Amino acid sequence: MKKLFSFVSVAMLCMSMLASCAEADVSEDYEEEEEVTQQTVTIEDPDYYTRFKGKGISINVYNWGDYISTGADEGTIDVNGEFEKLTGIKVNYTNFATNEELYAKLKGGAASYDVIIPSDYMISKMIKEDMIQPIDFDNIPNFKYIMENFRNQDYDPENAYSVPYTWGTVGIMYDTTIIDIPKEDIDWDLLWNEDYADQILMFDNPRDAFAIAEIMLGYSLNTENEEELRHAAEKLRQQKKNVQAYVMDEVFDKMGAGDALIAPYYAGDALTIMDDNDSLDFVVPKSGTNLFVDAMCIPKSAKQKEAAEMYINFMCEPDIAFANIDYICYSTPHQAAYDMLDEEVQSSPITYPDQQFIKDKTSVFVNLSDEANQLMQDLWTEMKSAEDENVNKWIAPVFLVFCVFLMAFVLIRRHIKKKKDIF
Amino acid sequence: MKLKYFSAPYLVWMVVFILVPLLMIAFFAFTNDEGRFTMKYISDVGQYANIFVRSIWLSLIATVICLVIAYPVAFILSRMEKHKQGTMLMIVMLPMWMNFLLRTYAWMTLLGNNGIINHLFGMIGLGPFKLINTSGAVVLGMVYNYLPFMILPLYSVMEKIDNSMFEAAEDLGCSYFQTLFRVIIPLSVPGITSGITMVFVPAISTFIISRMLGGGSNLLVGDLIEMQFLGNAYNPHLGAAMSLVLMVIILVIMTVMNQFDPDDQVLM
Repeated sequence: MKKLFSFVSVAMLCMSMLASCAEADVSEDYEEEEEVTQQTVTIEDPDYYTRFKGKGISINVYNWGDYISTGADEGTIDVNGEFEKLTGIKVNYTNFATNEELYAKLKGGAASYDVIIPSDYMISKMIKEDMIQPIDFDNIPNFKYIMENFRNQDYDPENAYSVPYTWGTVGIMYDTTIIDIPKEDIDWDLLWNEDYADQILMFDNPRDAFAIAEIMLGYSLNTENEEELRHAAEKLRQQKKNVQAYVMDEVFDKMGAGDALIAPYYAGDALTIMDDNDSLDFVVPKSGTNLFVDAMCIPKSAKQKEAAEMYINFMCEPDIAFANIDYICYSTPHQAAYDMLDEEVQSSPITYPDQQFIKDKTSVFVNLSDEANQLMQDLWTEMKSAEDENVNKWIAPVFLVFCVFLMAFVLIRRHIKKKKDIF
Repeated sequence: MKLKYFSAPYLVWMVVFILVPLLMIAFFAFTNDEGRFTMKYISDVGQYANIFVRSIWLSLIATVICLVIAYPVAFILSRMEKHKQGTMLMIVMLPMWMNFLLRTYAWMTLLGNNGIINHLFGMIGLGPFKLINTSGAVVLGMVYNYLPFMILPLYSVMEKIDNSMFEAAEDLGCSYFQTLFRVIIPLSVPGITSGITMVFVPAISTFIISRMLGGGSNLLVGDLIEMQFLGNAYNPHLGAAMSLVLMVIILVIMTVMNQFDPDDQVLM
């Protein structure tokens, strides 16, 4: 009895200690929140934002899913809410999942957006097709914070149409407990390594998949040369037998649960997955990679251009940019937000690789010609469904003949029936 | 008849949301970007013949499996006491109350290499087997998702078959199998044809099942069409041409199948 009593009291003690720890955590979080909210009040030029107050204006913002700080986590800022409070402009915020979805929506013409956040190659496509309009940078004084090397990128050479929001690189996520290759030796050929056959995931979109093959073959990521594209497709075809599955967002589950060992993916998302699974690590391959930039643009069809510019400027407020980047884990092109990050994050080779490496070894996508896109898509479809080519040569005609016979049978049967009915 | 006027809302609905879109698909399929007539896209569809064949093949298998599973279930259901039938039907319908995506997603975790099924196999010293990312998994997904669509029409037809039919057959000296093939099956043909239609048509045009369970390398027509609209190469004309060809194929298959219906009913 005494023993039991002491056990209980020890347990109680432990509990209370845990509780106090938790309390300490909470108060820390609380302090953080205080700090953050205080910071948001320091908008450099609040007068700028008051122009539309009380006019009942609303803007439509179309962004990637989970790509803004919403204030749902404790201590974070509700960016759209802050904007509404500051300016009196209502924000209708909606999400898209792929650049192509955004494109199809805008091209369809049914929807009108004021601010969109597409990626690099889509921006150049939209510039070419006259779907977005030049931004009046006089209305975006905070553009000064955008780092020099993220201005005038290939997709928008004069930087007239876009304000960079986030960037990141593509790299390889792998399971360190099973793959015992030193980190610095890991390169794209790991995705072709037969030792790990059936444990490799691959991008399920042609542009990203071709990019990997093109890096390995030493081609430009934006090549439109038919021969080079065919070589890249051949390279991907060789990989196919080792690939477990072609996936996009399913990567989160498959890598998180340890169903696969190796997967190429975007740095920011990889960090999120690594939070769940400690045995994973992420490498930006030394032979180079794709650098992607998501940037804010204003569509041609925007109804509230100035309010949209105000929103873009607001997104470039140091505190807001920091809150967003802190939440979404991608890399920021915003100097002031970068300076506010923890030193640990600033020096992380995953989110902020070496400047020299970025300059020499990475390149951004620009839009390909329609012909090159179609060729790439065709090669991709061909590659993915190549497996049973031998059988197919026969099945298709056989099926057609079968159909013809069936139809003949049906017609004859009807004919006989009709005759019967007559008599 | 005054009753005709009551169908007006549906007529309007049909014209606006079925007929006009169909015409638009046909228009897109036969024109190019400049709006000129072209056969290019229709003939381009030919190069994807293998994917069409795979879709037809997999959905045929799924339909047959559904039929084989659903037929006895529907029969047993229809012979139960009335108050039990309601409960059992609800159990059949139950999975359909859950979101389609979620159900398919669940199979992903069940079939995975470290999934529950392989885990159980591992406990008795077997496996792991490659379950997911195969065409078998795609068929399984189709069967699982569309099975209720087969059971329900079969059940509603069989429910109307009177027990006296079987008694009469027995009195006239039918064996067990003869009763099945000469009485039950002929009487349930309308249920079979509409069940097949309701499983085959959605199965052939699905894309999310093949993406989630097929690992992206078991492309179906649905994936192909989706790629034309939401893929890198935005090509609505080719996508429309594919849908048109798919519709024609379904139409052919359905007309052929409807010929087996004794009353020549068109169950589309």
